[in-house]
Amino acid sequence: MHEWALAEAVISSALDFSKENRLKEIKEITVALGELQQIDREVFDFALSEIMKSKGLEFRVVLRRKKSLLKCKRCNEEWSFDTGKLNEQEKESIHFIPELVHDYQGCPKCGSPDFKILKGRGVWLDSIRGD
Amino acid sequence: MDPRTCVIKKRIEGIKRIIAVAGGKGGIGKSLVSSVMALNLSNMGYRVGLLDLDFSGPSAHLILGTGRSTQPREEKGVIPPTVCGIKFFSLVFYSGKKPSPLRGIDISNIIKEILCITRWGELDVLVIDMPPGMGDAILDPISLMDAEFLVVTTPSLVSVGTVSKFLSFLEESGTPSLGVLENMRIKETSRNFFGADFLGSIKLDLDLEKALGKPEKLMQTKFSSELREIMEKVF
Ligand SMILES: Nc1ncnc2c1ncn2[C@@H]1O[C@H](COP(=O)(O)OP(=O)(O)O)[C@@H](O)[C@H]1O
Ligand SMILES: [Mg+2]
Ligand SMILES: [Zn+2]
Repeated sequence: MHEWALAEAVISSALDFSKENRLKEIKEITVALGELQQIDREVFDFALSEIMKSKGLEFRVVLRRKKSLLKCKRCNEEWSFDTGKLNEQEKESIHFIPELVHDYQGCPKCGSPDFKILKGRGVWLDSIRGD
Repeated sequence: MDPRTCVIKKRIEGIKRIIAVAGGKGGIGKSLVSSVMALNLSNMGYRVGLLDLDFSGPSAHLILGTGRSTQPREEKGVIPPTVCGIKFFSLVFYSGKKPSPLRGIDISNIIKEILCITRWGELDVLVIDMPPGMGDAILDPISLMDAEFLVVTTPSLVSVGTVSKFLSFLEESGTPSLGVLENMRIKETSRNFFGADFLGSIKLDLDLEKALGKPEKLMQTKFSSELREIMEKVF
């Protein structure tokens, strides 16, 4: 369950943000889950609520899947990540470290491993609402 | 907002000292120095971790001879496996057979991701085997850790120039430096370019190669005993 570590990161940065900006309370946070990292939404959700419970926190958490966008540096082709032919272990590696997609997949058009991850990499704290 | 940045501090809370073994160049012995240092510290009774961040040329696992079955455990994050008493983490646990060349932004992201998910627990020392180079991509995420830098060089003039640059870079950025270790010394007396920053030398040790992958043998090399003398100045 390495989702737990990421959930912890989300909660601590929301708390840090609210402290820095002197929020009285957090009402809602929106978290983007980049497709590449293949976060198990249920596990992540569970971890979030457990961590919040343990800290006595109560606010709404909105989870949004974010489609990935990859762009080839050689031929400019753009595409979205697809677990396609990857085996379990390869998927798992990308789940831990999204950049490792470079080790296992190339550009679908020219095969180059030199591509950029433009969107949908991993866990991102999109917004915090509070007052 | 990147949620990883603020949890990194928390992940390294239980670590007393972080030593980044660096040097502008490749092939000068950074991996040997960091791995053998970790082995010695563990032997001396320190709780020690070793983190291999040289993604394009990971070698600590080869030096320590970790087997295929050595894998991190998942528990509210990633728990590094223990190798010869050392908590060891390397990207080789996850990377493919032929690692791809990575760009700066990817390297930063990987380092942050590793620091965010790895749970080291309580350590006296974490040794980091750094990649060659001194770009922001590498040093920015490391700066989140308050590491002390140990700079490795060889007697070659080419390497010495790089180290001088490295030292002034560390000074300008206010990063603590432990000093310079000269590795692969050939002549008995060589010049000391670094004044007070100079920690000592390790000679070229032709028996080293045979000991790679065999921790007990590594500990008995001249390399190891010379490194221990230098370590006394640091620990
Ligand atoms: N003092 C030494 N004597 C002999 N060989 C050495 C010595 N230090 C390092 N080496 C060898 O040089 C090579 C490069 O060392 P390594 O630690 O991988 O360098 P780096 O991590 O800086 O790229 C390795 O094969 C290593 O065994
Ligand atoms: Mg190395
Ligand atoms: Zn292409």
